[in-house]
Amino acid sequence: MRHRSLLIMTTAITAGALTLSACGSRDNKDDSGGKDSKTTVVIGVDAPLTGSLSALGQGIKNSVDLAAKIANKNNEVDGVTFKVKSFDDQAVPSSGKQNATSMVDDEEILGAVGPLNSGVAQSMQGVFDRADLAQVSPANTNPALSQGDDWASGKKSRPFKTYFRTATTDIIQGRFAAQYYYKDAKKRKVFVIDDKQAYGNGLATIFAQEFKRLGGKVVGRDHLTVKETDFSGISNKVKSSGADSVYFGGQYPEGGLLSDQVKQAGAQVPIMGGDGIYDPAFIKASGTSNDGDLATSVGYPVEQLDSAKTFVKNYGDQHYKDPYAAYGGYSYDAGWAIIQAVKAVVEDNDGKLPDDARAKVTEALGKVSFDGVTGKVSFDQYGDTTNKQLTVYKVTKGAWKSVKSETFKD
Amino acid sequence: MHELPQTLVNGLTLGALYGLIAIGYTMVYGIVQLINFAHGEIFMIGGFGALTIYIWLPSGTALSLALPLMLIGGVIASVAIATAAERFAYRPLRGGPRLAPLITAIGLSIALQQAVWAFYPDAKKPRSFPQFEGSSFEIFSNLQIQRGDAFLLIAAPLCMLALGLFVSKSRAGRAMQATAQDPDTAKLMGINTDRIIVMAFAIGGAFAAVAALSHGLKYGQINFEMGFIAGLKAFTAAVLGGIGNIYGAMLGGVVLGIVEALAIKYIQDIPGMDQLGGGAWKDVWAFTLLIVVLLVRPQGLLGERVADRA
Repeated sequence: MRHRSLLIMTTAITAGALTLSACGSRDNKDDSGGKDSKTTVVIGVDAPLTGSLSALGQGIKNSVDLAAKIANKNNEVDGVTFKVKSFDDQAVPSSGKQNATSMVDDEEILGAVGPLNSGVAQSMQGVFDRADLAQVSPANTNPALSQGDDWASGKKSRPFKTYFRTATTDIIQGRFAAQYYYKDAKKRKVFVIDDKQAYGNGLATIFAQEFKRLGGKVVGRDHLTVKETDFSGISNKVKSSGADSVYFGGQYPEGGLLSDQVKQAGAQVPIMGGDGIYDPAFIKASGTSNDGDLATSVGYPVEQLDSAKTFVKNYGDQHYKDPYAAYGGYSYDAGWAIIQAVKAVVEDNDGKLPDDARAKVTEALGKVSFDGVTGKVSFDQYGDTTNKQLTVYKVTKGAWKSVKSETFKD
Repeated sequence: MHELPQTLVNGLTLGALYGLIAIGYTMVYGIVQLINFAHGEIFMIGGFGALTIYIWLPSGTALSLALPLMLIGGVIASVAIATAAERFAYRPLRGGPRLAPLITAIGLSIALQQAVWAFYPDAKKPRSFPQFEGSSFEIFSNLQIQRGDAFLLIAAPLCMLALGLFVSKSRAGRAMQATAQDPDTAKLMGINTDRIIVMAFAIGGAFAAVAALSHGLKYGQINFEMGFIAGLKAFTAAVLGGIGNIYGAMLGGVVLGIVEALAIKYIQDIPGMDQLGGGAWKDVWAFTLLIVVLLVRPQGLLGERVADRA
């Protein structure tokens, strides 16, 4: 008998622990109590709220939450209360697809913000498109998402009418990085590494093409595996290749370790990456600061924009548990774009939501234009942001410092 | 061949790390025929245990002074979780269908990972781990050993030596061998097999803690997910070396680490193979080796031929 009670207890504890962890990771907050006279519009958020990218995901969720709260406070859309419902995709495409399906089933959801990863976006686009539900990603940078698989050969066509993004594509970011390395930093021999993911591989490929076009030499190309920690093999190859610089397409957990190990292997060269490594965790990956490493990120630095200062202040006032991280501004803008689209739709329809609200919101999103946290927010014919401002950041004494901001020109 | 020594040393350190973790899989399997899939998480918790001690110590404590305390902290954390897992998650299921403890192990692994994610301060991102000051040791012009790696290269053989002596010479070690051979007969001879099983989990946990401390010193960070890949590789190492054999676990780890390092460096230099080399393909080559070894020697490199017990 004792035996059985122990079994029951163990099961109960394990189940309890699992439930607890599930609660912790997926708090779908309902914080604004809707009044009867008001219509509730829900903005869905899909981001990795658990896992190694959860710091970025939590920032996205909180920033959209902030946009909804500000809209409610200012009564931005008459008669409409905004709510946020968040879904955890754990940076896994199949979870993203499930979340997309849940959002489509929830009739109150008129727009979605997310996801973080381009690979996850690929799995969600079709689901949203069939349901006419608009999606604005604050962080996807893979060009194929908005310009079709043949974008590289110049045959651009928009695959999904419901897909928008406030982040610039890798085409612009990768080329901008190559130009900085070649023209400003005077690097000629680069070793290109990526993490085999849609984002990292795409970015690294575009970078390599542009670097070669400018006249530089790609002295080596290798790939690493996400979630691994030992990159000593690749680091040795960097050293023996005689490269004067490294470009890494991927995220900060691997990027930070790679940078340390390249330097430990004896190659004193800088590593440059995209917005995926532009995170404080990149610098602190292994205690020692990676001074001299570089990252490009979309938009101008937060300190240089007045609108951003307001955002930072409002975010601080809410006392969220996690910082807004790299994509906070874009997430706020993405949320705000949906709010503006809902506003346009409601105003066109005598202050009420029409029956085909989702299709109308998608249509209205293509026309929104406002001054957001990250600059002017509007979308072009592919659903891409028209904002092409980029900044190069450099690790200086243990912190990211902006070294060059510019609007990208071809 | 200028970089061969460095490549081999990189592979050796990585392999020694795999081997230390693999001990936990192999000991537990040798005695209760259970693949403890939560062992990767026990490794991870050892790292957080050691880090906690470091945070508690007054800041500015020299790492060489803190290291023994961190080791003790890590060992306590890992052993506590490992024995608690045995007591509350596996023992109640002993004698039940084989699959039940296996599924429990997977569930436990997820629960432990999420518990650290949710409750350890700032564990949502990698936590940085103290590192030795100073540059690496230069043995030859083409061979450098990092200070963190040096710790691993000293600790791993010492641990193996201690374990080998314990198992072959001490009374408890011989009881362990007896239990592995035939638990029922061992019980009839007056051996408390429950205690032996707990001991196997505890030793595995202690080795995992040493591995976690080495991992922290080597890479400068630990994170709540690090047990997954490390555990998977260590399990592979245990199978490669012959699961159930402690020396096999270490040998399997070292072979696996060296094959990975060589595959990254040299496969793509073979004419016609440049598409199949580099970091992207190292796991393919490591597992190809595993398959080949298992085809030729199904019991693994050092495994003994054991009649399948009912």
